[in-house]
Amino acid sequence: MDFDLTEEQSLIKDQLDRLLKDRYAFEDRKKYMAAAEGFSPDMWSAYAEMGLMALPFAEEHGGIGGGPVDTMIVMESFGRVLALEPYFATVVLGGGFLRAGASDEQKAELIPGIADGSAKYAFAQMERGARYDLAHVSTVAKRDGSGWTLSGAKSLVLHGDSADKLIVTARTAGKPGDEAGVGVFVVDASAEGVSRRGYPTQDGLRAAEISFENARADHVLGEAGNGMPLVRAVVDQAVAALSAEAVGVMSAMHALTVDYIKVRKQFGVAIGQFQVLQHKAVDMFIATEQMRSIAMFATMMADSDDATERARAMHAAKAELGRGGKLAGENAIQLHGGVGMTAEYAVSHYFKRLTMMNTLFGDGDWHLRKLAAMGGLFDKAA
Amino acid sequence: MDLRFTPEENAFRDEVRAFLAENLDPAVHEKLKSRDYAGKADLVAWTRILNAHGWGAPHWPVEYGGTGWDPMRQYIFLEELQKFPAPQPLAFGVNMVGPVIYTFGSKAQKERFLPRIRNLDDWWCQGFSEPGSGSDLASLKTRAVRDGDHYVVNGQKTWTTMAQHADWIFCLVRTDIAAKKQEGISFLLIDMKTPGIEVRPIVTMDGGAEVNEVFLTDVRVPVENLVGEENKGWDYAKFLLGNERTNIARIGVSKQRIARIRELAALEFSDGRPLIEDERFREKLAAIEIDLKALELTQLRVVAADAKRGNTGKPDPASSILKIKGSEIQQATTHLLMEVMGPYALPYQPQDEVGRNEPFDGPDYAAPTAPSYFNNRKVSIYGGSNEIQKNIIAKAVLGL
Repeated sequence: MDFDLTEEQSLIKDQLDRLLKDRYAFEDRKKYMAAAEGFSPDMWSAYAEMGLMALPFAEEHGGIGGGPVDTMIVMESFGRVLALEPYFATVVLGGGFLRAGASDEQKAELIPGIADGSAKYAFAQMERGARYDLAHVSTVAKRDGSGWTLSGAKSLVLHGDSADKLIVTARTAGKPGDEAGVGVFVVDASAEGVSRRGYPTQDGLRAAEISFENARADHVLGEAGNGMPLVRAVVDQAVAALSAEAVGVMSAMHALTVDYIKVRKQFGVAIGQFQVLQHKAVDMFIATEQMRSIAMFATMMADSDDATERARAMHAAKAELGRGGKLAGENAIQLHGGVGMTAEYAVSHYFKRLTMMNTLFGDGDWHLRKLAAMGGLFDKAA
Repeated sequence: MDLRFTPEENAFRDEVRAFLAENLDPAVHEKLKSRDYAGKADLVAWTRILNAHGWGAPHWPVEYGGTGWDPMRQYIFLEELQKFPAPQPLAFGVNMVGPVIYTFGSKAQKERFLPRIRNLDDWWCQGFSEPGSGSDLASLKTRAVRDGDHYVVNGQKTWTTMAQHADWIFCLVRTDIAAKKQEGISFLLIDMKTPGIEVRPIVTMDGGAEVNEVFLTDVRVPVENLVGEENKGWDYAKFLLGNERTNIARIGVSKQRIARIRELAALEFSDGRPLIEDERFREKLAAIEIDLKALELTQLRVVAADAKRGNTGKPDPASSILKIKGSEIQQATTHLLMEVMGPYALPYQPQDEVGRNEPFDGPDYAAPTAPSYFNNRKVSIYGGSNEIQKNIIAKAVLGL
């Protein structure tokens, strides 16, 4: 068992943290958020130059050959500054689909675009009424000659408005909820029949409602009617990445809170001297460290071929994100008092991000229920 | 980063498991599984088996009879003992006073005491708490006054676990009443057979009497039984309390209890189906498991950090979590076991060490459930209550 980063990983982390320290202060973030894209194209280029986009891809496809631990490192650092750029949507989700689902030809065609930062991706999966059921897909894929056309409406597509390419789940057979009959397609965001309406999310990111009207898919990933295992595998990797991001969000939020109660004075003393506040700060610390541990567990399991054991780990991590994130986030606001309520001060933005992360790919209670239904975490002799 | 155990570590785990299966008396195994504890004779016999195999005090330095295992192997060994379950070596000896003696004690003390601790020839108990000194331990009042070649000790200790079995007690005593409270304390080793020592049991709410009051009246202790320097006892006590990091979370104990919960919840029916099929029950169990899995990784982070830099005796920031979270989880599992038993937890059955001799009105396995839940309220109180632990984290880790 080894918790250390490799030399290469340490280098990546140091370099990224330095970049973010220089160019991602909270005031910078406000400016980036106000840009047309809702994030900073300059930072996006800087990440690409650093090689972050190429990180998880094999070297033969222009990548660097990193694994889940590299993604964990990057996501945690992004979490710490509440980075707005669509790294998660593009590299973790989009890239995840290409790595796990694309043919060699497709990889050769599509991965270089992600790796060099020129192509942004979004995962168009959610539909009205689907809630957290990944198989609740009613968007239809129809055979059209040698290819496919898609029709239907997708909702809450994270960074869907800025994406160049969309990964779309659509049904080739069956009805919403069926595990079989779902295909995973790559659609050019500017293709005919695709219309998008972008909007901001509560946590300062962007999402879009996207409709498809006989829109032509450029690629199908894997077997058209059997896409769900691929979807589940990639979403599991995404949950591991989100868990790592949550660690970053929670640690930064905790540091901010502890710093604040050291300087805020009431009754003539720093309020951090009051035991009741100290204990709340400790509760936040414990929640953060427990999140760090369970995020490591999720990272370790992220590329496991054992779908059941992998799912257990992700349910556990996401349930803990929901529980611990709420505890830490609400305490962060409470310990800040009035200033925690303001939009001007950073802490509320951390709280909002954590709150919204809970709703992505299943909230804490949903994952706990799933884990319980599959027999819990330790049903094998652990 | 690779969170898998190495093949060597897995082989070691198998070796420990095989040893336990081969050497532990099945009757003792069963007693631990159903009743959570073994008696004195069981522990003595088992410790001697371990010691004969060289495993009496695995984490000690090799020169004092330790194994030379790295912290990860020490952790695996303890976890396997707990999960099996097998009796764990008596903490007061091998985990508490032993390391104090080999770190601060005289050559004569090392030679005299350490082999007997490993073999459980001497049963040790801990004389720290006093009626007026719980969380504020340094306020202790038991006095030791030098009189020639002896200290004369007067005072009272309390919550002294298993003092009724003890051959020796290690005590914090006040040797300088003028000094600041932490600076006038010394660390004395006292033979329980010395005249003037009286042990009175304290019956706890679970019906057991594992803790005692120990009264010391004009107890004459040879000065050679002073550990280290006079008035430096507080430093040794802090060392003792901070020294225990591989076991404080008791991950294996909670894993074993979760396995037990699963086993019994499949036997107990609620509204016509096994309780284990009840969604709400399963969610509660799953929530505890998540907490435990996270804590296990937190524990392993601490162990790995120790292995890497060598045990400096300085607590890792993450280690402060282990006591709090570990005790919360232990309590949650004992509570859930209560829920499994439901009404069958109700009948009271007096405990004794040799086993029961009265028939129990209900499933046999239900008898220890409520006592175990009641008894486990202690784990968030002893060794520095969880509130004290939070004070420590606030100060030492958060800088508040």
